[in-house]
Amino acid sequence: MTEFLNTPVGMLALTVAQTLALLVPVLIAVAYLTWAERKVLAAMQMRKGPNVVGPFGLLQPFADALKMLMKETIIPSGASRLLFMAAPMLTFMLAMLAWAVIPVNDGWAIADINVGILYLFAISSLGVYGIIIAGWASNSKYAFLGALRSAAQMVSYEVSIGFVIVTVLLCVGSLNLTEIVRAQENLWFFIPLFPMFVIFFISALAETNRAPFDLPEGESELVAGFFVEYSSMSFALFFLGEYANMILMSALTTILFLGGWYPPLHIEPFTWIPGPVWFALKIALVLFFFIWVRATFPRYRYDQLMRLGWKVFLPFSLLWLVLTAGFLKITGLLPA
Amino acid sequence: MTTLDRFARSFLLTELVGGMALTLKQFFSRKATINYPHEKSPLSPRFKGEHGLRRYPNGEERCIACKLCEAVCPALAITIESEPRDDGSRRTTRYDIDMTKCIYCGLCEEACPVDAIVEGPNLEFAVESREELLYDKEKLLANGDRWEPVLAKRLELDAPYR
Repeated sequence: MTEFLNTPVGMLALTVAQTLALLVPVLIAVAYLTWAERKVLAAMQMRKGPNVVGPFGLLQPFADALKMLMKETIIPSGASRLLFMAAPMLTFMLAMLAWAVIPVNDGWAIADINVGILYLFAISSLGVYGIIIAGWASNSKYAFLGALRSAAQMVSYEVSIGFVIVTVLLCVGSLNLTEIVRAQENLWFFIPLFPMFVIFFISALAETNRAPFDLPEGESELVAGFFVEYSSMSFALFFLGEYANMILMSALTTILFLGGWYPPLHIEPFTWIPGPVWFALKIALVLFFFIWVRATFPRYRYDQLMRLGWKVFLPFSLLWLVLTAGFLKITGLLPA
Repeated sequence: MTTLDRFARSFLLTELVGGMALTLKQFFSRKATINYPHEKSPLSPRFKGEHGLRRYPNGEERCIACKLCEAVCPALAITIESEPRDDGSRRTTRYDIDMTKCIYCGLCEEACPVDAIVEGPNLEFAVESREELLYDKEKLLANGDRWEPVLAKRLELDAPYR
């Protein structure tokens, strides 16, 4: 068996198996995230949410998926066909690609690369392309406006996310995601870096185009934003990509601030539960916050969004970065 | 001082946290939804639903063809034709209600001197074609027979206020 795994075919087979072992749960999680979102939103609005298809409506995501598959794929006559079809695939692929470096447990990343965080940053920046291409190729003013807003928003908030990440990196001394989690074995970073944690979470909301920063989609103004013209499976791919990105940002929050796969305390009842379960639980908690925020706040106006990104988060995160760096230098805690 | 106060408030996100506390409270609250076809909300005895023509306990129909309901009906949904029966009493030969015209105001049942035409508690009489909503006397009498126990109870409950 070990010999087979060392041959090129064996390594390929192993990688495919690892990828499937990660992506299948991610896709199932995406399906159930849509269910959980509807349930939680419903509960917060004193409704019951889906409860007819299966027990507690648990089969609802599959019913929705089937409905999507049955629908007709419509390509608008003025659309650029090739780009129109490529955009959802690009979005979906990028959303899946980023999962390669996520460490689910100690040493459980598919690609445990040294620049993991830079890789994630690069992939999430590429995500803008899917949206811009979709908005442009649709040849519709709503889609185009939605795409422009979305691009501007994602670019603005990536800057403050960058500074937050740099602050975490200063405390760790490594770009490797596994190392970042290991550095939090005794103290999760959300305690010493709490303001950064809040900024990161809010920026993650903006980065994934979630409420209250969902103005690229802005149902009441732009119909559905950059994917108005999409239907059937191409729409489903956008949807999957968007929700996979939400889970990805939650995973990143967990890795950077919530101690990845570590239990809250290294004592008996907590250590019984294996690392991946802790990791999943923390992701679920962050996702609950995503939905909770959506149920609570009204949408930001475009200028307010830009003001918050450039005039509040950017200076604040920069200031905190300098403070952290100075503190680490003076106390001699700066990792080598 | 007020500037500092405002600054501190906005930086500590007090308003946002308050809002989120409210939604979290709602999250655990009792839900207002009922599973409609399986559960139903209570109806007032005065609820104005589908019409019915009632009978006396001996089986004789109550309606005496006075046409007060036809006269009072603001939507002109009721059409009545009548002639004396063999025993000399006046009865309807035709009693039609166009349910697509009816506005469910309840004036017909208030006008009726013998409690013959009444609006019952039934609100689930959706049908697939328009023709099925043009009720004739036979249909109305059948409705009255079907809902009679409930109709009598409703009239009794509402009697003190009439």
